[in-house]
Amino acid sequence: MPTPLKYIINFFCSLRLTVVCLCIAMTLVFIGTLAQVDEGLYQAQNRYFKSLFIWWAPGDGSFRIPVFPGGYLVGSVLLVNLIAAHIRRFELSRKKIGIFIIHAGLILLLVGQLFTDVLSTESALQVTEGSSKAFSEDFHENEVVLIDQSDANQDRVVAVPETLIASNKEIALPAAALSLRVKSYWPNTDLLKNGSEGAVPAGATRDVGKEVFVKPKPTTAKMDERNLPAAVVELIAGQNSLGSWLVSPLLRKQTLTHQNKEYEIGFRFRRHYLPFSLALIDARFDEYKGTDIPKNYSSRVRVQNPASGEDREVLIRMNEPLRYAGLTFFQFQMSTNKVGPLQSTLQVVRNPSWLTPYISCVMVGVGLLVQFLSHLFAFIKRRTTSA
Amino acid sequence: MNRFARALPWILVAVFAAWVLSSLRPAKEPGFKLTEFGKLPVLLNGRVQPLDSVARNSLLQIRTKQTVLLEDGKTSMPAIQWLAETLMKPDVADTRKIFRIDHPEVLALLKLPEKEKYHSANDIKPAIAEMQKQTDRIARVDEKLRTPFEQQIMKLANGLMLYNRLKNSLKHETTTDFAKELESYRKVIAPGVAAVRAQQSGQEFSQQAFDDILEYLSRYDFMSRFSYPMLIPPIDPAKERDAWESMGASLMGVVKSGDLHPATTYYAGMSSAYAQGSGPEFNRQLAEYRGWLKGKQFTPELAKGRKESFFNTLQVFYKATGIYLLAFLLGCVSWFKMSPTLRRAGLYLAWLAFAVHTFGLVYRMYLEGRPPVTNLYSSAIFVGWGAVVLGLILEKFYRDGIGIVTASLVGFTTQIIAHNLALAEADTMIMLRAVLDTNFWLATHVVVITLGYASMFVAGLLAILYIIRGVFTNTLSPAIGKSLQRMVYGIMCFATLFSFVGTILGGIWADQSWGRFWGWDPKENGALLIVLWAAIFLHARWGGIFKERGLMCMAVFGNIVTSFSWFGVNMLGIGLHSYGFMESGFKWLMAFVASQLLIISLGLLPKHFWRSFRLTAATA
Repeated sequence: MPTPLKYIINFFCSLRLTVVCLCIAMTLVFIGTLAQVDEGLYQAQNRYFKSLFIWWAPGDGSFRIPVFPGGYLVGSVLLVNLIAAHIRRFELSRKKIGIFIIHAGLILLLVGQLFTDVLSTESALQVTEGSSKAFSEDFHENEVVLIDQSDANQDRVVAVPETLIASNKEIALPAAALSLRVKSYWPNTDLLKNGSEGAVPAGATRDVGKEVFVKPKPTTAKMDERNLPAAVVELIAGQNSLGSWLVSPLLRKQTLTHQNKEYEIGFRFRRHYLPFSLALIDARFDEYKGTDIPKNYSSRVRVQNPASGEDREVLIRMNEPLRYAGLTFFQFQMSTNKVGPLQSTLQVVRNPSWLTPYISCVMVGVGLLVQFLSHLFAFIKRRTTSA
Repeated sequence: MNRFARALPWILVAVFAAWVLSSLRPAKEPGFKLTEFGKLPVLLNGRVQPLDSVARNSLLQIRTKQTVLLEDGKTSMPAIQWLAETLMKPDVADTRKIFRIDHPEVLALLKLPEKEKYHSANDIKPAIAEMQKQTDRIARVDEKLRTPFEQQIMKLANGLMLYNRLKNSLKHETTTDFAKELESYRKVIAPGVAAVRAQQSGQEFSQQAFDDILEYLSRYDFMSRFSYPMLIPPIDPAKERDAWESMGASLMGVVKSGDLHPATTYYAGMSSAYAQGSGPEFNRQLAEYRGWLKGKQFTPELAKGRKESFFNTLQVFYKATGIYLLAFLLGCVSWFKMSPTLRRAGLYLAWLAFAVHTFGLVYRMYLEGRPPVTNLYSSAIFVGWGAVVLGLILEKFYRDGIGIVTASLVGFTTQIIAHNLALAEADTMIMLRAVLDTNFWLATHVVVITLGYASMFVAGLLAILYIIRGVFTNTLSPAIGKSLQRMVYGIMCFATLFSFVGTILGGIWADQSWGRFWGWDPKENGALLIVLWAAIFLHARWGGIFKERGLMCMAVFGNIVTSFSWFGVNMLGIGLHSYGFMESGFKWLMAFVASQLLIISLGLLPKHFWRSFRLTAATA
């Protein structure tokens, strides 16, 4: 009768566990793919793949129970299973060298992807011909900002992530010696001039918020749509209220003065500031004649880095990104107007783990080739000797 | 073996090779040299192609065939002749029965005879207003939510739109003598332009000249916005090679340039000659136009026109389909009759079909300047090709007809699939969008993963043969069972390697394109499912979790996984590889999945239900 410890070790080393986990993984991938039709990629990804369990909230959703393993759980169990099986059963021999390389490559791939999940960020840098930008904007996250513009050379930005706005009523902003009170928050909205289509008055006391109406919309999960939130926030200095503003990515900037300082208040896409700037010199967008099939997208940019003194031109095109300062810049979108300066959007990706799939591919490919070629040669030898 | 038995395979090869080459025979064209006309280069869908391709592709979209059946019910008219009529004799073209309508409610709505499948433009004309009403309404309905009736209406509307566009591509559809029209246009230009200038600067002008030129210009403006292929080549190819124009745009441009583009007068000459039935005049204008093109250094475009016309005429894939079918039948029969002659006949025919198939594949690569797989259509052609290679290799080792049957069945089926995909795409050689414009990744990722699909299907088919032969016949001896099992294992190893490497290469391409190795896109997930299933197969086999019959059922399930990955994910309507919901495609996919599940359930029957095992048990 094996001891409990032996039982656990046997369990994690077993081939049956591998097969069961792979079957669970297949089911997960299949369900997660179909779910994207209704839930959208971003949500399905978080729910099925980047989770330990798939949760189900029966009834009114007050509690939830795990009903199926999620991507992280299956991945971790497979990883443990793989390592345990190798320690327990595999001796390094010529016959098994192929399998070793395959599994090592797989481990590298899985771990590398885990690091990517945790560490990588993606954002968009939108720049018009003739101008430059030194920040990129997040695809999903938003932030409420209070910008101290009193210094002519610098802006001091206090940024409050949307998640805090959504869940808190009072947020202290010590950097500005103020606090923020959230009076209303809508995760996705249209802003209208009047109360038609079920819009409610914003009810702010300062600036445009006094007249604008907010029409709440259900949040979208579609791949190419973005939620546009709105909030009515009140600024409080000590005991006094400075008033409340309606802030939203849809509104132009609103300013206020407090204690002789000029501030800007807003709700914008979350910014990732870069220690250098990219200027767009020339954007090209060609289509095949007589069609709207894109033939070529490219942006000629100038990288200007004050710290290193760099100032050089680079061409960014489809399938040819710019890798610079630990970031990669891809040609993402292009405005298609026929007149006026073009606007090019670059996707900015930080992924320290980007090389792992390349190495893993080579390793697993070589391992598979070695393993199967040795079988093939043995097979051919047998047939030629028996024939 | 007697001499006849030895010669039969070669006789069959000779007969069918002759059949393949028969289309090279130059067509007897007593009147108009329409084959030469078909070779003329034009610009459509962003690429230079011969009028013959425009004709075939347009007719495929409208009529789902590359020919038109004439009134007598027997003679069929080639596509280029139909196009010539549409471009230059639209009144006659209106009588041709080209519009395919299957849905009975549509026929009733348009008051068309119920028994007929094909209808002419004249037949439909009385009901145009009703069509318009319907399309206005249906256009606002989301594509995925349309009923079959609505889809058929929209399909018909698209066909009518394409037809009307073609009618106005060479000349305005109401023009009866285009050459004469251009002559009068030429006379009207100078005074007309002067009149317009005078009118704009507020001076005195001739109302007659003003009205005349505006009347012509409005005709040509309509043509320029509505025409389908661009017929007029650039006036200075050395400067701008792709500055092709539609006939209408070119004629409007005369106001600035002052002179008619020579191509317009040649086409006009051809048009009037064709309308008047004058063969020699048509051929003369055609020859002069070709001479002009050559003189202006349009040799590459002329060559393209010639080569692609040649390829269209050869109809290689259609021929290969027929030969594969025969090879399959011969292979199957050779099992039951245990006849080495029939096996050899099947094998040689399979090789012939393979040679024709390969020629078609390579020639397409040559025409496009691309690796073999660029869209869904060519992926089907290549999956078939890869599977045939594997089948022929198996036959070389085992020599028992199994390889032939596998190769020819997959070859035949994929050709049918490809043909149906061609009906859905406007042009199977369409230009590639920017992100796909990379021969390196097309040659590596796409080719490797398509070979992965091919090998999964071959393994699945071998397993189907095992199950069918085992359950329904007594031909599954232990020796054959073992050899089938080894074949399946070998092919699955190959499939694992190619599917895995292909999937990773796809991820690396995505990383180079938009910085994300893996995005859980449906197509990526589909590929991952294949790799996972292949891994499960191998691990289950190594762990002894399943034995021979269980592994065969798993291999058949692999067919379901692969078809989901190849087609199913495209139908979900989401993700980067979405081609939208193809209703008939979905029905066929479901039917295929059901058939595979049926075979798996047969495979799971206990041993005593298998005819082959019962006999073995009885003799043991």
